[in-house]
Amino acid sequence: MQQLSSTIAANRFGLGARPGELASIGGDGRDWLRAQLTRAPPVIADAQLASSAQVLGQAFALQREIQQARRSGADVQQKLPQFIKPIYTSEATARFQQAVLTDRPFVERLIQFWSNHFAVSVDKQYLAGLAGSFEREAIRPYVLGNFGDMLVAAEMHPAMLLYLDNHLSVGPHSNVAIKAGLRQRGDRRIGINENLGREILELHTLGVGGGYTQADVTSFATVITGWSVGGGNGVFASGPPGRFVFRPDIHEPGTRTVLGRHYPDSGYGQGVEVLNDLAQHPSTARHIATKLARHFIADDPPPAAVECLAQAFTEFGGDLPSVYRTLIDMREACEQPLAKYKTPSDFIVSSYRGLSLPVDAAHGPLAPFDLLGQRTWQPGSPAGWPDRSADWDGASALLKRLEWADAVGGRLGSRRNAAELAPQLLGANLTGATGTAIGRAASAQQAVTLLLAAPEFMRR
Amino acid sequence: MSGMRRREFLGLGALAAGGALLTSSVTLARAPADPRRSRFVLVILRGALDGLAAVPPCGDRDYGHLRGEFALRAPGEAKGALPLNGFFGLHPSLGFLGQSYAARELIVFHAVASPYRERSHFDGQDVLENGTTQAHAAQTGWLNRALAQAPGERRREAGVALGQNVPLVMRGPAEVTSWSPSKLSGLDDDTLARITDLYARDPLLSLRLVDALMADSIAAEQGGAMAQSMTAGQSTAAAPAGAYAETVRAAAGFLRQEDGPQVAVFDTTGWDTHANEGAAEGQLAGRLAALDKGLATLKEQLGPVWKDTAVLLVTEFGRTAAINGTRGTDHGTATMAFLLGGAVAGGRVIADWPGLSSRALYQGRDLMPTLDLRCVLKGVMAEHLQIPARALEATVFADSARARALRGLIRS
Repeated sequence: MQQLSSTIAANRFGLGARPGELASIGGDGRDWLRAQLTRAPPVIADAQLASSAQVLGQAFALQREIQQARRSGADVQQKLPQFIKPIYTSEATARFQQAVLTDRPFVERLIQFWSNHFAVSVDKQYLAGLAGSFEREAIRPYVLGNFGDMLVAAEMHPAMLLYLDNHLSVGPHSNVAIKAGLRQRGDRRIGINENLGREILELHTLGVGGGYTQADVTSFATVITGWSVGGGNGVFASGPPGRFVFRPDIHEPGTRTVLGRHYPDSGYGQGVEVLNDLAQHPSTARHIATKLARHFIADDPPPAAVECLAQAFTEFGGDLPSVYRTLIDMREACEQPLAKYKTPSDFIVSSYRGLSLPVDAAHGPLAPFDLLGQRTWQPGSPAGWPDRSADWDGASALLKRLEWADAVGGRLGSRRNAAELAPQLLGANLTGATGTAIGRAASAQQAVTLLLAAPEFMRR
Repeated sequence: MSGMRRREFLGLGALAAGGALLTSSVTLARAPADPRRSRFVLVILRGALDGLAAVPPCGDRDYGHLRGEFALRAPGEAKGALPLNGFFGLHPSLGFLGQSYAARELIVFHAVASPYRERSHFDGQDVLENGTTQAHAAQTGWLNRALAQAPGERRREAGVALGQNVPLVMRGPAEVTSWSPSKLSGLDDDTLARITDLYARDPLLSLRLVDALMADSIAAEQGGAMAQSMTAGQSTAAAPAGAYAETVRAAAGFLRQEDGPQVAVFDTTGWDTHANEGAAEGQLAGRLAALDKGLATLKEQLGPVWKDTAVLLVTEFGRTAAINGTRGTDHGTATMAFLLGGAVAGGRVIADWPGLSSRALYQGRDLMPTLDLRCVLKGVMAEHLQIPARALEATVFADSARARALRGLIRS
């Protein structure tokens, strides 16, 4: 088997080498990567971070207060954002800090990968307060488990239900609809919303072209009517605030057919059964394999590599560590160093790791993500952030990176020795030209700038 | 660094890098009179804008019951649509577009769709931008391929994307750049020269760096207004009314330049109204108002260049004809498109209206497409940017022979 170098292990599979990391990995990067998969996933140990249920419960209560206060004419417009924004900042900062400090960067990268696969975006109401806890509750605990378990956890999570509007989706023949007498022809004030059903099929499981039809979308959306969140307004008030609630009253009764298979109405379980089958579908295996190969091998991964990963996914029944081990054993994973252009987030995190920069809560630690165009948990769509060079290598984007690198150099001055760091961070990828340029830099500051600007630091 | 100094630096950089890469940038071609005086702006409305809300068919007898309490009222009624041609109206938030229609500077297309017939945003946008009939069938965009075939002297930067990165529609063989304002201070000349050296053997990074510096130098010549006109890297999704205005101010800055890019592209998001879409007021109304205001600002900022400008607004597909269970609309098929500008032979609605009866709807749920969006795109490319017909058929829109270019969209 071709050796997987420490450089590739730390920079492509990890989040960028820290000083000394390449030396500690030694000759074979595979052992280092495999060892990261053996223990329970790392948790973010921060007692300040609240659960989704806590955040949402408080947000709903606050929303009611605001509505009352508004009736009495008070100016309460900013109360909800004032409550939610600090939660976003703490969560995103904790995530950033974890990425910079972790000694299991492969697992952390995988968490980011899955969080982006099941993307929620903070530009929707409440989501800025939920994206972090969603990742901690529905993604992180499952990253070294089974795909099917992560799928169910993600789709049932209040953040996902709110993000894709399922909490309000009502079966047209459900008790609530019948009682309200709203079944008359033409009155469509109450009914299903197919947003979540569609995106589960298109983005989370089968993938577009994975063999489903509009009828499957509608049918599946009908199956998951009643998957809702407790503690909202009106008919959605009941149930534990901010937690998943199954509402039989708005669930569409009856057997449904999805992808040719019949699912008798078992209430909440009907949706779980569909999800379990979706998790094991060959199209899902191929879709996940393609995304993993694109993330870890190349923008347009070799078909054989995708096939191999899809087979592993199916053979091991969605056991993710088995899929990851297959990935790192593949020849394609260690060929073509630097095949991937770093996303802004990768660029920032690897800079912080490589230069041992502190994530300082007092000094706007999230500013670089704004500046370089990848605000944490704000991909703007349920498809998540794109994962190809062409999506990130714009001219203006490059200039922003260079200006930021220059600002980092300016901040550090002579407190870092880029010439000593370069081989420790870039390992076998370090070219003579870059080494020479850093060595001949006019100042320590400029040397740091050149290190971060180097072609081999822009890629992984 | 001032604009002139940076431009001089580019010349030196070319020598320093030892390549011919930059030589054309030193002597920027002055724009010849015609046809290259034309300016084109493409606005991509990501998320599938509801064409039946933006351009309500108030005269269609099925419209009212499909939209129920969310149907827009006819022109003349309280909070009613703005008048177009008696059958169609414009959403009441689109005041500037309404005036433009009256001034014969707006063509409204309806029941229009790209060749894409599924309902994925992401594949729909891919087809909208790649100019083929299938998602992921090309890694370049139709607008870039058109620019590569444009007549006249080749410009160093044929187009500019407002934002950090270039959307698919503008990627391809023609050299384009992207620009967004910087909050950080620029690099000093020495550091820039060293980075240019460092990239000498990296074709992608050296090209991008030169393009970025070129865009920066154009921006610098436009003065401080542009530098402060946009907020870097921020989505316009949840932004207040001013956000588009700031983007278009930057776009206008580039297009006003005689030797600057001929084409600008920017995109907007937030049109995916699955829940609580609203009607004359509400979520969508607010977003349309912001867009409308942005377009008004674009006209104002382009000044004398407006008469040579065409602005095309397109979205990946439309939304369901009926309101869904959460007071919104789900993914649909046909929708509207706008062609706006001083160069446009406007004051018309171009639509072969299929009707909204349940039998007339596509798959029983969506507005039926009766006009291929490529007919519009080809017409604009042919008449406005003078792209040769052969190139349009062969490389810009392959396999589009049946989608014949609409004629007479641009003033002669």
